[in-house]
Amino acid sequence: MKNSSRREKVWWAVISVLVLVYALFPVASILATSFKSPSDLTNGSFLPSPGAATTSNYEQILVGDAQDLFLSSLRNSIGISLIATAIAVVLATLCAYAIARLDFPGKKLILTTALAVSIFPVISIVTPLFNLWRTIGLYDTWLGLIIPYLSLTLPISIWTLAAFFRQIPWELEQAAQVDGATTWQAFRKAIVPLAAPGVFTTAIIAFFIAWNDFVYGISLTSTEAARPVPAALAFFTGASQFESPTGAISAAAIIVTIPIVLLVLLFQRQIVSGLTQGAVKG
Amino acid sequence: MSSSTINKPDTGNKRSDKSAKKMHSDRVKAERRLGWYLAGPAFIVMLLVTLYPILQAVFESLFAFRLTAPDEREFIWFANYITILSDEVWWRDLLVTLLITVVTVAVELVLGFALALVMSKALKSLRGILRTAILVPYGIITVVSAYAWFYAFDINSGYVNAWFDWVPGIDSDLNWFAQTGTSLFVIMASEIWKTTPFISLLLLAGLAQVPDELTEAAKVDGATWWEQMRKVVIPNMKAAIMVAVLFRALDAFRIFDNVFIMTNGENNTEVLSLLAYRTSISRLEIGLGSAVSVLLFICVILISFAAIKIFKVDLAGTRGEK
Repeated sequence: MKNSSRREKVWWAVISVLVLVYALFPVASILATSFKSPSDLTNGSFLPSPGAATTSNYEQILVGDAQDLFLSSLRNSIGISLIATAIAVVLATLCAYAIARLDFPGKKLILTTALAVSIFPVISIVTPLFNLWRTIGLYDTWLGLIIPYLSLTLPISIWTLAAFFRQIPWELEQAAQVDGATTWQAFRKAIVPLAAPGVFTTAIIAFFIAWNDFVYGISLTSTEAARPVPAALAFFTGASQFESPTGAISAAAIIVTIPIVLLVLLFQRQIVSGLTQGAVKG
Repeated sequence: MSSSTINKPDTGNKRSDKSAKKMHSDRVKAERRLGWYLAGPAFIVMLLVTLYPILQAVFESLFAFRLTAPDEREFIWFANYITILSDEVWWRDLLVTLLITVVTVAVELVLGFALALVMSKALKSLRGILRTAILVPYGIITVVSAYAWFYAFDINSGYVNAWFDWVPGIDSDLNWFAQTGTSLFVIMASEIWKTTPFISLLLLAGLAQVPDELTEAAKVDGATWWEQMRKVVIPNMKAAIMVAVLFRALDAFRIFDNVFIMTNGENNTEVLSLLAYRTSISRLEIGLGSAVSVLLFICVILISFAAIKIFKVDLAGTRGEK
């Protein structure tokens, strides 16, 4: 498409605008709602009424009445998701390295297991865990969520990393050794720079999945000790019993969407290649 | 990782060395052992977090057991399953779940394919923007998506009624969440918006595997765009389409978040995951809830088997392992 004609350019502009509207409209919608005051919520239009836009919803969840509820859940979400991601990526890196590089029986078994775990209905795991966690004291704790989150983050990490590692030219390591580097130097200088982007991309994808969890979050927690953001949103109440929590929920929704948008803006290329390579490789 | 662990695979890879046979088999053994040392922990963790709970659920599903009366635990064989399968709630929820699965996957396949085509054919300067935009719904929290769609349609805080009052049947009094059909419409819209990017990325990867020469040749032969798609592109990416459909179908079958937030199952919109949640977590009927969980698990296995046997979806093959 070197000499794209004028008409073609216009067409692409139209299509791009359509895709952008599709992808961003619901976000814009909840963003607009987050600036509406309680009395303005029912104005029946997309934007707040002229002159009525307010940041009171953000104040309520960040410094006001709802801050305990929101900030503690934000801390829980960040902590639990990061730890679950880190554990999954470390385990998956070792596992994928072995699958891509070593010859041992059971590779296919491991990959099939990962696949089976990733299509496993989450709710089927929740009931037994709910009962077990209450018995052994893991109910409503960080660890009580980190463990089941591994069932979400580990399989996709193994698949994505195995696909990445298969493409690394491992001969480089030997070449470096021939050139006089020690084993450790060869690994660090030749392999780590090639493998790091894959590991990093996998971490982002795994983090998205952990960050998104709702079923475990509402089933295995009951207080601010461990409840993550998606579950906390469902328990938001208005400032008073007569006020709907719509504005506060919208503001909280926007805050937890910001990290996602930042990661996507910064690492769009890596995420796309991670998702597509891990998924379909002929 | 210590340097010695990293060193070992090299010795394993130099198997062509003319070393003694015993040495050779020792190396093979060492490599196998190292393979399992590295891959084992991940494998065991996966089994612990899924296989163990499901076995526990199978066991508990054979008891009449509720947490509100823990002393009255009684072994009752398959009575829980009979209770569930003879209750019309199970069949209603199954029907709703299947309806959501079929409709969302069908719409997403068409929409996702269109998006994949746009992303692969777009001018270089636009690709980055388009992919970034597409990834926003992929990364966003499902609960956030549910609230965004819910508030837009809600009779109090929404604007959809005002915007679309020229459409027959929509006016300012329409309460979308008071009826089954309209509730399911919004639930499915949110689900489709959030998950189409995933399917379109899988299809994009499939598109990349169709050799350019084939489409070029078809073009030279005078095939129209539609003929190129139907006769060349789609048949060549059949495997990718099958995998995308199966993955999304299994994912849609587990739908929970959108329904929980928007209707909580009111007005006959309850899905199977919600039934399991309501039985075991809300009503604390562990025995009965476990049985629902096991049945849901069996449904997922049946769908997978049907897809693999009938449509010959080669999951392992297309997903990397040759």
